[in-house]
Amino acid sequence: MYRSYVMVCGGPNCALSVEKQGKLAEEFEIQIKMAGLRKEVQVMKGGCLGLCSSGPNVAIFPEGTIYSHVQTQDVAEIVSEHLLKGRRVSRLLYDENEATSTQRSLEETAFYQKQLRIALRNCGVIDPQNIDEYIARDGYAALEKVLTTMTPDQVIETVLASGLRGRGGAGFPTGLKWKFASGNRGKVQKYVCCNADEGDPGAFMDRSVLEGDPHSVIEAMAIAGYAIGADHGYVYVRAEYPIAVKHLQIALDQARSYGLLGENIFGSGFHFDLEIKLGAGAFVCGEETALMTSIEGKRGEPRPRPPFPAVKGLFQQPTILNNVETYANICPIILKGAEWFSSIGSEKSKGTKVFALGGKIKNTGLVEVPMGTTLRTIIEEIGGGIPNGKKFKAAQTGGPSGGCIPAEHIDTPIDYDNLASIGTMMGSGGLIVMDEDTCMVDIAKFFLEFTVDESCGKCTPCRVGTKRLLELLNKITEGRGTMEDLDRIEELASFIKENSLCGLGQTAPNPVLSTLRYFRDEYVEHIEHKHCPAGVCKALLTYSIDPVKCRGCTICAQNCPAGAIIGSAKNPHKIDVNKCIKCGSCLEKCRFGAIQRG
Amino acid sequence: MKKVGMDAVKIRSGSDLENIRRKMNDRTAGCTRIVVGLGTCGQAAGAQQVYDAIRQEIETLHLQDVILEATGCVGICQFEPVVEVYSPDHVRTTYVRMTPERGARMVQQHIQGGNPLAEFTIGAAQNRR
Repeated sequence: MYRSYVMVCGGPNCALSVEKQGKLAEEFEIQIKMAGLRKEVQVMKGGCLGLCSSGPNVAIFPEGTIYSHVQTQDVAEIVSEHLLKGRRVSRLLYDENEATSTQRSLEETAFYQKQLRIALRNCGVIDPQNIDEYIARDGYAALEKVLTTMTPDQVIETVLASGLRGRGGAGFPTGLKWKFASGNRGKVQKYVCCNADEGDPGAFMDRSVLEGDPHSVIEAMAIAGYAIGADHGYVYVRAEYPIAVKHLQIALDQARSYGLLGENIFGSGFHFDLEIKLGAGAFVCGEETALMTSIEGKRGEPRPRPPFPAVKGLFQQPTILNNVETYANICPIILKGAEWFSSIGSEKSKGTKVFALGGKIKNTGLVEVPMGTTLRTIIEEIGGGIPNGKKFKAAQTGGPSGGCIPAEHIDTPIDYDNLASIGTMMGSGGLIVMDEDTCMVDIAKFFLEFTVDESCGKCTPCRVGTKRLLELLNKITEGRGTMEDLDRIEELASFIKENSLCGLGQTAPNPVLSTLRYFRDEYVEHIEHKHCPAGVCKALLTYSIDPVKCRGCTICAQNCPAGAIIGSAKNPHKIDVNKCIKCGSCLEKCRFGAIQRG
Repeated sequence: MKKVGMDAVKIRSGSDLENIRRKMNDRTAGCTRIVVGLGTCGQAAGAQQVYDAIRQEIETLHLQDVILEATGCVGICQFEPVVEVYSPDHVRTTYVRMTPERGARMVQQHIQGGNPLAEFTIGAAQNRR
């Protein structure tokens, strides 16, 4: 019984000649003997390993390490390092990635190389449940710098100079928000709040940051507290994010036990602590006044502004409220400087933006790109394009409050102002990609259904208006629409926008208006020809069987859940339109392409 | 398997932060670091079972100088469960769509044997599509 076995490949296909290979095994014997390992290590000539292009190969057992392209002069090193000291000779290790030219790591992929990760710098890299790992990557260094070397006004000036704008959607300059709340430091109670009530369908940036890097938000909130003179903060996070809540709680406990939250942080005399408030999942609570009302323990309903939260916010005290992603940018700005941050991005939108890529796209996931990156880069290069060779039709940004970017604007550099000029908005960062199989009327209906459900009901334009708007859309998708309805939709939509109390209602008609702006012909097609070009709106579809192509195989009839297909074997079948429920299962099952959808 | 944990100290200055940074560097020096994405997307794809299988295999093989950690989402939700290996000389290998069996094999061949597997790395998954 030996401690180790060295197997020198003796495969006939190996580039190595028998004679030379003999020398390799011989050399191992000599070196092993010289190292005094003769009783511990046995050298064998083995069979082909199948890695002929990497030959000559040597495998060492029991660990199973394979060395490739081994030359006689390498043997001494393998023996002294691997066999004697137990250290692998990394330059000789067989690496399948290299042998097959396969991309080894995320960093080598196009998905990653076009990105610039500032807010997501630690996500997926560190263990979020271990504060030491955050500290090892310069965590809490920004808070230390702020508390020991900067005045509160200098902090605000830095954030202002960086050009950072709110990542929650509206894009208000963060430094300005802080400045408005900075008066009367030390004389009045103030609050710092974090909006983690991420409600847009398809958006999950905030969840990811809280799950993967909770300390970056905690540290930035403490910095914000110092800047405006607040000693208490709240993170409002939805209860549907249990992992985010758990990681945040662990992070708060660890920061407290290190004294990074609490009394006299870094011996500076500054006190700050945070509380988690769980939201029950109402979309309206992402609106700032509703969010603060909810933290106060009341029903989450918005109130008119002004007064703005910086003047009268939580518990009637001056308050700043920023989004998770906004906070995640603060520490790098403090550490690397405002100039560094403002050198990234476009003229009026600085830094990066995180997008949650979803819908008809190959690489779904989270991406962070500099502001001003075009939609084409995000979709084609980072997102890997549209699956199944389909054509790009539009992308929805801003979720139910935003609008769509049609294919003709795919080269628009994405920033706050450009998106506003083409009728949509940045929003919190959901980016839903749609291909030619998506019906734009149906998409508008989907988002409107969402806002109808989520309207809090406090003001009439939103509560009743969105419902009436949805009824008009339903009329169109069911084939009962008239051209006058389009005018009524536009009129009602602008009324809702102008008269609703809060952001939810003011933006609710956006998906309808933007699809109507870019895809009016699709609406007209639904109304005038009772036809859905994408084949989505069920009421407008008819299925029929082409008698020439039908072989009478009966597969469709067997699979029809409504028993709507009639016909005998080997004879062309027919669909009874009165029984047909338009489920499309016959279309899926037919192997002869005989089912037509029109 | 090495464990990294917090110390019961208070941080009062920049040099206290520096001490922790140095301590972390010392603890991880010469170690292979395996991180498993255990955010919501990872857990939904079964990453917890992959994590458990990897831990089990590391313990069975009595591997030293290996750190296994749970991390958040690295952004490629499509490819979850994602397992990344950082070698002692900081070479990063990204394994995608992992299963408990693949995790155990990765420990045997990559961590113990030193030969990274190409077939489960991100490049192979992208080429297959």
